Amino acid sequence: MEVLLPRGLEEALEWKAAHPEAVPIAGGTDLMVDLNFDRSRPELIIDVCRLPELNTWRREDGNLFLGAGLTYTRALHELPEMRALAQASRSVGSPQIRNRGTIGGNLGTASPAGDAVPVLVAHDGEVVLGAAGDRTRSMTWNDFFLGPKRNAMAPDELILGARWRVARGPQSFSKVGTRNAMVIAVANLCLVMDDVSRTVRVALGSVGPTVLRAPEAEAFAAEALSRAGAWDDPSAPLPPSDLDGFAERVSGAATPIDDVRGTAGYRLHACRVLAGRALSWALTERVAEAQLA
Amino acid sequence: MLIRVNLNGELREADVWPGASLLFALREDFGLRGSKNACEQGECGSCSVWLDGDLVCACLVLASQAHEREVRTVESLSGTGEEGLHPVQEAFLEAGAVQCGFCTPGLVVAVADLLDHDPSPSEAAVREALSGNLCRCTGYQKIMDAVSVAAERKRGSDW
Repeated sequence: MEVLLPRGLEEALEWKAAHPEAVPIAGGTDLMVDLNFDRSRPELIIDVCRLPELNTWRREDGNLFLGAGLTYTRALHELPEMRALAQASRSVGSPQIRNRGTIGGNLGTASPAGDAVPVLVAHDGEVVLGAAGDRTRSMTWNDFFLGPKRNAMAPDELILGARWRVARGPQSFSKVGTRNAMVIAVANLCLVMDDVSRTVRVALGSVGPTVLRAPEAEAFAAEALSRAGAWDDPSAPLPPSDLDGFAERVSGAATPIDDVRGTAGYRLHACRVLAGRALSWALTERVAEAQLA
Repeated sequence: MLIRVNLNGELREADVWPGASLLFALREDFGLRGSKNACEQGECGSCSVWLDGDLVCACLVLASQAHEREVRTVESLSGTGEEGLHPVQEAFLEAGAVQCGFCTPGLVVAVADLLDHDPSPSEAAVREALSGNLCRCTGYQKIMDAVSVAAERKRGSDW
């Protein structure tokens, strides 16, 4: 086994091109467990956690770009206004894990239970990939995630970051697990309400082979807000049957399995509960903001 | 592979297996056994150290990732107070926050890190800050007491 320690992105991409089999390590919160337990013995590892180009975030013309090396701790402290991202980051592991775990690592690992992933997916975001020779491409989340722990990166590529359009409106991330910290999601959910496009987007994690969207539920919620006149008047209430209808449709989009963390039946129930709560929080938040304005 | 680490303020070198964790290197190559090896998956916090000033689990850092970086371990804390103990260590003793003692080094490091960032943490903030440190004797209440003692003492001094 050998470890490559590139000093900059260009060097890292050149080495990745020369050694496409090299396994990237960032915060190590997944890969180190495999190494420690002798589950994996890669011939070659490439350390991407000291690439200054990736340890960054920036706003780009209405978009947010999160460098792959951004840790959860930094996302939480430096981007509190990106509420769903901050809430998801806060729900990851412990301070020790949040200080090491990165957005790029979460994307690369492509676990259906990754906590940053539903935030990307509910923003309809994309993953930015780089290869030697200044080759950069963006891939929609839908093209990137292929299955449990499988993504569509080419072997000579590294993840540069994630990008999405900043939405105006309420948003939240919520998660069900056995305790308040150090927990892998039994189910997680990100809801983004976009006041400009008058759409509701919802992403579900840990209840299918990849993080999923619930398109039928999203259309139902947008129509329910229209029917109630709530897009124009946030104080216009939605009938409880619409909240239930939304929660039911979100749950209907999930395709969970039984595993060590929970049963499929429990996960379907969790999706219903998370969805109902997320929509009612969003509606309450719109009322509160309208009153402030 | 040869790694060079600024370890507790001293430049140290070791020839490590490339797949070794920083925890393994600390204990087996550098002879610092304060950081404990328990879960090896970042769950228990017994191996908490600082990497470039950030609190991390040494079991989840590849030893070579610490090359040319600064690592501080629990051993760096002793020697600052009376009887050679750090105020957080003294607080743990006074509050009786030690049972079997295995989790103690990791907790001491995590508490010192918390008080460096927040000298007057609320109870919720303490619980959050220590959520990655497990005590299987379940001595958490005494540990909470120790944090209060240490925080009070920190506010009244300049450590």
